Amino acid sequence: MKTVLKTEKIDKSFHDPVDFQVLKDISFEVKGGEFLSMIGKSGSGKSTLLYILSTMDTEYSGQLHIDGQLVTGLPIDSLAEIRNEKIGFVFQFHYLLPEFTCLQNVMIPALKLGKYSEEEIENKAFEKLKILGLEDQALKSANKLSGGQQQRVAIARALINDPCIIMGDEPTGNLDSKNSGIVFDIFQNLTREFGQTIIAVTHDEDFAHRSDRIIEMKDGNILAH
Amino acid sequence: MNINNKIAKTYIFSNKKLTAVGVLGVLLGMSVYIFMNCLMVGFDRTSNTTVFKNTAHIRVYKDDEISKPLIKDSIAPYLIINPKIVPKINTIINPKKILQILKNDENVVIATPQVNTNVFYNNGKSQISGTAIGIIPEEANNMFDIKSTLVEGHFDHLIHNPNGIIIGSGVAEKMNLTTGDNINLTSSKGINRTLKIIGIFKTNNYNIDKIKSYINMPLAQQILKEGNTYITDINVQVADPEAVEPIAAHLTELTGYNAESWQKSNETIVAAGRMRKIIISFVSFTILLIAGFGIYNILNMTVSQKINDIAILKAMGFKGNDVVRIFVTQAVSIGFMGVIGGVAMATVVITLLKKVYIGGDIGYFPINYESTKYLQGIVIGLVITFFAGYIPAKKAANVDPVEILRK
Repeated sequence: MKTVLKTEKIDKSFHDPVDFQVLKDISFEVKGGEFLSMIGKSGSGKSTLLYILSTMDTEYSGQLHIDGQLVTGLPIDSLAEIRNEKIGFVFQFHYLLPEFTCLQNVMIPALKLGKYSEEEIENKAFEKLKILGLEDQALKSANKLSGGQQQRVAIARALINDPCIIMGDEPTGNLDSKNSGIVFDIFQNLTREFGQTIIAVTHDEDFAHRSDRIIEMKDGNILAH
Repeated sequence: MNINNKIAKTYIFSNKKLTAVGVLGVLLGMSVYIFMNCLMVGFDRTSNTTVFKNTAHIRVYKDDEISKPLIKDSIAPYLIINPKIVPKINTIINPKKILQILKNDENVVIATPQVNTNVFYNNGKSQISGTAIGIIPEEANNMFDIKSTLVEGHFDHLIHNPNGIIIGSGVAEKMNLTTGDNINLTSSKGINRTLKIIGIFKTNNYNIDKIKSYINMPLAQQILKEGNTYITDINVQVADPEAVEPIAAHLTELTGYNAESWQKSNETIVAAGRMRKIIISFVSFTILLIAGFGIYNILNMTVSQKINDIAILKAMGFKGNDVVRIFVTQAVSIGFMGVIGGVAMATVVITLLKKVYIGGDIGYFPINYESTKYLQGIVIGLVITFFAGYIPAKKAANVDPVEILRK
């Protein structure tokens, strides 16, 4: 399988309030279609690593390749374009835009990308919602949905531009066990059926052990992968 | 529609109350700005019209001279120790040539001679001192619009009647005279003439109405025992009365006589007008600025409220400029709605005020729809709202999504 994400010797330190190295010499690769979980205790640096991988955090040393392209050192506007096109996000708190309908929320990244006409995007967004079993909620306002439903809308939104990688920051962290199960099944389904690459930071041992691969972190180092 | 505009539009309509407050602020600021500035233009115009009914744009005359030592560059300046005004005749020598020079100047629209005479108006036993102005009727009317002040009689009859006179309403009232009556004039040279009243004018300035009268110029020259070259003033009208100062200086050089601008002879009115301008400009601009602060506040609030939205949009690949565009669009839309409302409201207020009667020589409220002031208000209003939106938008664009999303 093709390598979609590669890190080389990533180091990161915080300087405020005291000098503290959160990530030490992180090097690993992620293959296409992998369902990867990152686990570790609070402060182990897993979330920090995820935000570096997401290109939103640019203050690190080392190199990051996404989809074969070196993204380290690119200007922030180019990084924004890469995020738009190649990365989908799912966060702990679903972060939908509350004034928009579910369908519009799903459409926004695609409208930003501007690759397809609005009509095509709308069809596509509806397709994605259908995969996640939300077709009958499409025209409801985002804040009228339950937490589990909102998280599924957020996954649909992450999928809309057919990204190389979906990144999740505790995607089930705010959900009950039933909804967590649903979200996990969706992720697994996406990797098995559509070959989607997923990187998720999680506290949920169960979630992690059912995924394809686990990277365990401790004190800024990768313990095992 | 562009996705940035779509988001801006949603923000505008999702919080209608906040939008309405912003729009209302701009609307009020805008309408007051336009209204006050139109009012100022109206005031200036009225005050100028009043001035120009009695004062020419430029008055060319022979000024009194102070006696000077005979020898120039005298090393003995004490030769004349108590200088006085030289007793000369205050007349313009060779007026035809001077008039020709003035009329040939490109800036001059009208140039007409005038003879001022101090007289006594006599009717029976009553006697009033006053000033009779010798004019060339058509030219003087073109300049001062005397016809519009006439309350009785016909101005044109003055042209055909060499012994006609048009008197002020104050004189007519005091002497109980109407059109068609005779009036006796005594000049400073002791000449007596009985003239026929062919009209009465009223400027609503009582100080003028009770002393002034118009007669034909040859008659004025006769009662002063002077020939037809005796002219005390030449009145000059130019195209733009506001830009009269350099022309006056030029005419002084050209003719060798003193050319005095209306601004110089009406300094109090000019100064009052200038002060009015400063105050109105300052107040109206401040009000518009306050409306801008209103928008700034609203946008700041929206940015704080939508900080999560901004973070997620940036995570999804919106650039800093996209975020700026979203919020600036929101601000300018509010500004635009306010400007349209403000223009409408100003028009309504002006329309109503135009119908209010003030009285005196002002008449109806001196205000009109001044397109330049409308345009000025619209431009300033939009510029202010742009910046009121741009500052919070810039702040929003600099939001670090990691900081928000990791909370």
